[in-house]
Amino acid sequence: MYQGEIGKRSKKIKNVVERGAVKKFAEAIGDPNPIYWDEETGKRSRYGRNIAPPTFPRVFDYGVIEGLKLPAKGLIHGEQRFHYERPLFVGEELYCYAEVKDYYEKQSSMGQLGFLVIANNGEDAEGNLVFTSTSTIIINEAVRKAMSV
Amino acid sequence: MTTIREWQVGQSLPEVTLPPVSRLDLIKYAGASGDYNPIHTIDEEAKKAGLPGIIAHGMWTMGNLVKLFTPYYEEGFVQDYFVRFQSMVFLNDVVTLTATVKEKDEKTIRFAVAAVNQHGKDVVKGELVFALYE
Repeated sequence: MYQGEIGKRSKKIKNVVERGAVKKFAEAIGDPNPIYWDEETGKRSRYGRNIAPPTFPRVFDYGVIEGLKLPAKGLIHGEQRFHYERPLFVGEELYCYAEVKDYYEKQSSMGQLGFLVIANNGEDAEGNLVFTSTSTIIINEAVRKAMSV
Repeated sequence: MTTIREWQVGQSLPEVTLPPVSRLDLIKYAGASGDYNPIHTIDEEAKKAGLPGIIAHGMWTMGNLVKLFTPYYEEGFVQDYFVRFQSMVFLNDVVTLTATVKEKDEKTIRFAVAAVNQHGKDVVKGELVFALYE
């Protein structure tokens, strides 16, 4: 169903690791460590600045993969992987894009399930990869049939 | 404070048990993450989706779990973090976060990580590689 989409990418979008957004995100996961928001703590740290929590890339805009249509409902987030070259720095600009990495189907007790693997990447201004956030999304048979694809 | 380098294979980081999951926790996470899927915040929408009630965002649990490592960022950083969302987290569930050293070398420490509910069931389970600075 999505085999033809493998390899498709979105255009890169400039994102900023916003100070207020990082603080709010850290609060929402109950992680009050000042390394995320207190400027003095950031300056004294080995990073010389504040950093963002590892699951923060959830908030970035990765643009739109043209032609990729996902059902609005009935998706299950099955797996999630983050890879980092280094932590994210508060205030830095990242260029983010999404890519369809894989699609496969498997028979299960719930019928034929589809597994869509999407990688969300972030690069610095020089084009060096900083992080990859890879999600495996499970699409059940009922949802696929409703989309008639 | 003990350093993460001193941890040996088989040892666990101090566990953290979260307060019972509240609707406000999930509303806050929806706002902070931008994930407004209503099955996480609105009862009727969760029921329409065939769920008994609202469920936590998988990424909320995953985000909570990795905070076990926040005290050690002077020594290294989270290089790889993988989880499988094994089971749903409902309102009032009590989730405990765990991390145990599986392997260790000069440059990295590999942990088995899990979030476990009050029935002892893994809701999130995976692996984390903490890269050590020189």
